[in-house]
Amino acid sequence: MISLRNVNKAFGRVQAVRDVSLEIAKGEFFSLLGASGSGKTTLLRMIAGFESVTSGKILIDGQEIQDSPPHLRPINMVFQNYAIFPHLNVRDNIAYGLQRLGTPKAEQARMVDAMLEMIALPGYGDRRATQLSGGQMQRVALARALILKPKVLLLDEPLGALDKQLREQMQLELRSLQRQLGITFILVTHDQEEALTLSDRVAVMENGAVIQVDTPAGLYDHPTNRAVAAFVGSMNFFDATVHGQGDAYRAEIAGLGPQRLNGQAGARQDGARVLVAIRPESLTLSPTAPEAPQPSVQGRITARQYMGGRQMLHVAVEGRAAPVAVSIVAQRGDDPWDGSEGRPVWLTWGPGAISLLDAE
Amino acid sequence: MTVTSVSGPAPARPSAITRFLHRHEGWRGHLLLAPALILMTVAIIGPMWMTLMMSTWTVRGFDIIVTPGLANYTAMANNPMFPVLIWRTLEIALTCTIVTVVLVYPVAYFLAFQTGRSKAIWLLVLTLPFWTSYLLRVFAWRVVLGNEGAINSGLMSLGVISEPLSWLLYSQTAVTIVLAHSWAAFAIVPIFVSLEKINRSYLEAAADLGDTPARRFWRITFPLSLPGVVAAFIMMFVPTMGEYITPIMVGGPDSMMVGNLVQAMYGPMANWPAGAALAVVMMITIGLASLAFVGLNRLVQR
Ligand SMILES: Nc1ncnc2c1ncn2[C@@H]1O[C@H](COP(=O)(O)OP(=O)(O)O)[C@@H](O)[C@H]1O
Ligand SMILES: [Mg+2]
Repeated sequence: MISLRNVNKAFGRVQAVRDVSLEIAKGEFFSLLGASGSGKTTLLRMIAGFESVTSGKILIDGQEIQDSPPHLRPINMVFQNYAIFPHLNVRDNIAYGLQRLGTPKAEQARMVDAMLEMIALPGYGDRRATQLSGGQMQRVALARALILKPKVLLLDEPLGALDKQLREQMQLELRSLQRQLGITFILVTHDQEEALTLSDRVAVMENGAVIQVDTPAGLYDHPTNRAVAAFVGSMNFFDATVHGQGDAYRAEIAGLGPQRLNGQAGARQDGARVLVAIRPESLTLSPTAPEAPQPSVQGRITARQYMGGRQMLHVAVEGRAAPVAVSIVAQRGDDPWDGSEGRPVWLTWGPGAISLLDAE
Repeated sequence: MTVTSVSGPAPARPSAITRFLHRHEGWRGHLLLAPALILMTVAIIGPMWMTLMMSTWTVRGFDIIVTPGLANYTAMANNPMFPVLIWRTLEIALTCTIVTVVLVYPVAYFLAFQTGRSKAIWLLVLTLPFWTSYLLRVFAWRVVLGNEGAINSGLMSLGVISEPLSWLLYSQTAVTIVLAHSWAAFAIVPIFVSLEKINRSYLEAAADLGDTPARRFWRITFPLSLPGVVAAFIMMFVPTMGEYITPIMVGGPDSMMVGNLVQAMYGPMANWPAGAALAVVMMITIGLASLAFVGLNRLVQR
């Protein structure tokens, strides 16, 4: 329902958004994920109409909107700083867009009350906007936008200013709200965890360009790009070379040795240099050599990181400068890896653990 | 476990004053305020108190009688000239304040929103008239407004009028025009500051919620700039109420203001107590009018 076609934005000589094309479906929860400065806000502001596009088209339900002013677009936005009007009370803030539409006063009051109920702030209508906490302002900003029943709701890092606990609670509420209302949400965030937990699909941005669009699971399991792989979760990268052709591909991986490939190689040529990516949690550790014929390599534990529910073990292997990170579930009580630094171990992995990326 | 090794120099011991100020934050503020506070007490409260005292004295012949009384005030209340004069002064000051604030608001708006880097230059240009002396500016206005002045001769040569507009100079109109020009910059600055302070995301949010630029101005920009408008009102109204040079130089017999009478009483009429009483009445009038502005602002802001 919302399409971006080759959208570009330049601020003088800064190319903030490069040739972005996206198709976002009705009712989808879509996220733009990227590091600070990657052009997420600029892209969102172009959709809202606060920035003009340098080139390209933006369509909603097939209609070009890139040249219409913000007040004519069926889109509403939740601003990063909430932008709650300080001279109005909560009720008037929420009713702001209704007053223009000429909705009857009684109907307005009813709708505002319903909104206050929905954002769990009943009875707050007469509070001054300046007396609200960050989380409450965030909800009011949400209600103010949603009361207009927009086709698309844009959210620019809406939870960034909240503390962790409140943020997690608001994430759940956002998700269920979106489900309930069926409105298309486009969320900007630099927090990969937030993007993965909330979204139906995520576009990862880097340097103004969208480098991968996929479902959270797709991004996590099949990153197509080193930047995506590194940005979403943590990842071990290995230099490797592809050998063979047809269905008999094999990779020679630095530090792990030879490895059969099951279709991951795509159409790469014999001898192509690639990057092998393996998630720390896709590796398993055992103190003895595995019996079954399974890919494995021997290494030595160099360091341990305790991380609450999990722990990260760093394993030095031959043929690779940096140790390999292995994430395992921490055991309560007796910890088999207690005092394991310096011990030899065997690393094993399943055939699905490997993702192949282009070497840069 | 005992740790005896001490490495590095011992921390310097602060002086008694430093320690006192560190502990009592309130006193730091008082210390900073002190110079201004002393000056204000001596230079503002002092003269005000003296004026107030003097207004209760009376003059008999060439003597000042220092017995306190309300004679000057009752005399003023019984003389119909005073209400007329005070009312006219209010009228001039209010007219030129309202006209100026209305004219200057778009300028301040332009400065705050439209110009990017040239803001400083524009501000400088606006203060340009103030680089010359006040008197010179008033003289310049005499040249512009006079019978042979720029406006009259211009209109006559165009054939719009056949004889000079005599009401242009030496009139209440002239006083209003000159005062408005003299104090315009004092009105621009507070409005500019209040507009400049408005977070731009409020304006974007209003547009996002469906407001056209005009609606957005009346619903967001203007209400949020009201404190600046009120400040501009007061900044202009207070000094114009006390004016006495402009009426002398460009005003006629119908445009004498209270300031002129105060000056006359302290000067040629040599009745200082009566002048003081008039000054006190003026202060109260200005105070009440300013309070009314502030109250009005509160009412609108609610
Ligand atoms: N108004 C602007 N003028 C000039 N450069 C801008 C402007 N807005 C953003 N940029 C630049 O565009 C790039 C992308 O910015 P932004 O969209 O804010 O990134 P993000 O939201 O991902 O942090 C940055 O390099 C930023 O400096
Ligand atoms: Mg941003």
